[in-house]
Amino acid sequence: MRLQQCPVTGRLIFPPRPVNPWSPRDKALWTTVSSTGTIWSVIAPHPPLMLDFTDLAPYNAIVVALDADPTIRLVGNLVPEAGAAINAIAYEEIEIGEAVQVVFERINDEIPLPRWVRRMR
Amino acid sequence: MIKDKTAIVGIGQTAFGKKLPESELELACTAVLNALDDAGIDRAELDGLASYTQESNSEVELARNLGLGDITYFSQVGYGGGAGPGVIGNLAMAVATGQCRVGVAWRSRKRASGAVRRPWSKSSSSLQEEIAVNYTRPFGVIRPVDEIALLARRYMHEYGATREHLANVALAQRKYANNNPNAQMFAKTLSREDYMNARWISQPLCLFDNCLETDGALAAVIVSAEHARDCRQRPVLIHAWAQGFHSQHQTMQNFFCDDPLRGPSWVAARQLYRQSDIQARDIDVAQIYDAFTPLIPLSLEGYGFCARGEGAAFTENGNLELGGKLPVNTSGGGLSEAYVHGFNLLTEGVRQLRGTARNQVPGAASCLVTAGEGVPTGALILRR
Repeated sequence: MRLQQCPVTGRLIFPPRPVNPWSPRDKALWTTVSSTGTIWSVIAPHPPLMLDFTDLAPYNAIVVALDADPTIRLVGNLVPEAGAAINAIAYEEIEIGEAVQVVFERINDEIPLPRWVRRMR
Repeated sequence: MIKDKTAIVGIGQTAFGKKLPESELELACTAVLNALDDAGIDRAELDGLASYTQESNSEVELARNLGLGDITYFSQVGYGGGAGPGVIGNLAMAVATGQCRVGVAWRSRKRASGAVRRPWSKSSSSLQEEIAVNYTRPFGVIRPVDEIALLARRYMHEYGATREHLANVALAQRKYANNNPNAQMFAKTLSREDYMNARWISQPLCLFDNCLETDGALAAVIVSAEHARDCRQRPVLIHAWAQGFHSQHQTMQNFFCDDPLRGPSWVAARQLYRQSDIQARDIDVAQIYDAFTPLIPLSLEGYGFCARGEGAAFTENGNLELGGKLPVNTSGGGLSEAYVHGFNLLTEGVRQLRGTARNQVPGAASCLVTAGEGVPTGALILRR
């Protein structure tokens, strides 16, 4: 997994943006980071929702705090394995603080969507 | 500083409801005329206009339809529910500095008629115009309620807050609405059991954690404190106002920053109290932006009514109700009176300080009015 990083301060940047907030005249670089983290929050959306999500509801959505920098948080979904549906694990079974790791689901030729699976600490 | 230099001398509104027959423009015009009548000011004197960027009626259309004269000041503030006190504050600055003499702020919407498309219902191509939503919406975090639910769930985890606390907010405000004939929920009571059994919208938030959908419009008239002495109503002074958002704030998605539970309210509050002779401990009644119940405990902390993490406990023992520590959203607020981007919180604040509220706080002399937590925000301290 690659994120933007300030070349001067070393701080990670997310979501990505055109100008580096920590040193605006120095362009952010893309760097590979450890793709592990812990669950910071979790919800289960129910309808009314956009059509594609209505069929999956209730599904889980999580915020993951990265181990590399816990103030960097990514939104995603907890799945039992890569490619599984985002409603496969129920909201009630998910705890804040659980250790997770990224997996990528290739939804088309261009976009690999990050999802998260549980991992042993 | 514009401390006490301007006053709100007129308030006006339309009916609140679903599928009102009038257009948003007609509703806006009615609210403005009602506010001017309330102030006893002829529309020919109006020369300043202010509203929200999300308002669909332009100043020009309003002026052409109301037959207004020369307008010398107009401005809009962005960020939806974060705008209200900023709209009022900017207009007050314009009046205080002589850019206009009689200013009117307004907000009109027909949200309950589906007249306006929600940003989250846009197609994928238009979503790509914004950056951060590309990192939330593909994962099903689509609506404002999903974004606030993520913060709420974390808040509950960190501080031991429960659904009982959120119910305290919803029930207190419904009780106020049940005594306010203008409230959409006037005739509908809400029990704790109703709350606990309600359908989920975005767990851990249920139906009653969400504001209403409303057709309606409101307006307020602002003049100088000196001018206010000649008006029909007891003036309500704009004592202090502030806007704010913190470093790396992300609108509605404040998990993309260092300390998500310390939101924009904290910045607005610091700036507000810096200018104000009235501090949190002195405030008699508060109108706190409430698109969702969790915004109340978060804002109570931000505006210094309790320490960080104590906002949920503050809702206990009827503290938000009449006779409690801090009566909050005494008209029913966005949850139970009407949801018009918080403009009804301002008008209720004015009524409290006039002494004419349906749920009057005895002797109320100061009122805090806030915009939304979780978005670039603002706040006002009003006084008699």
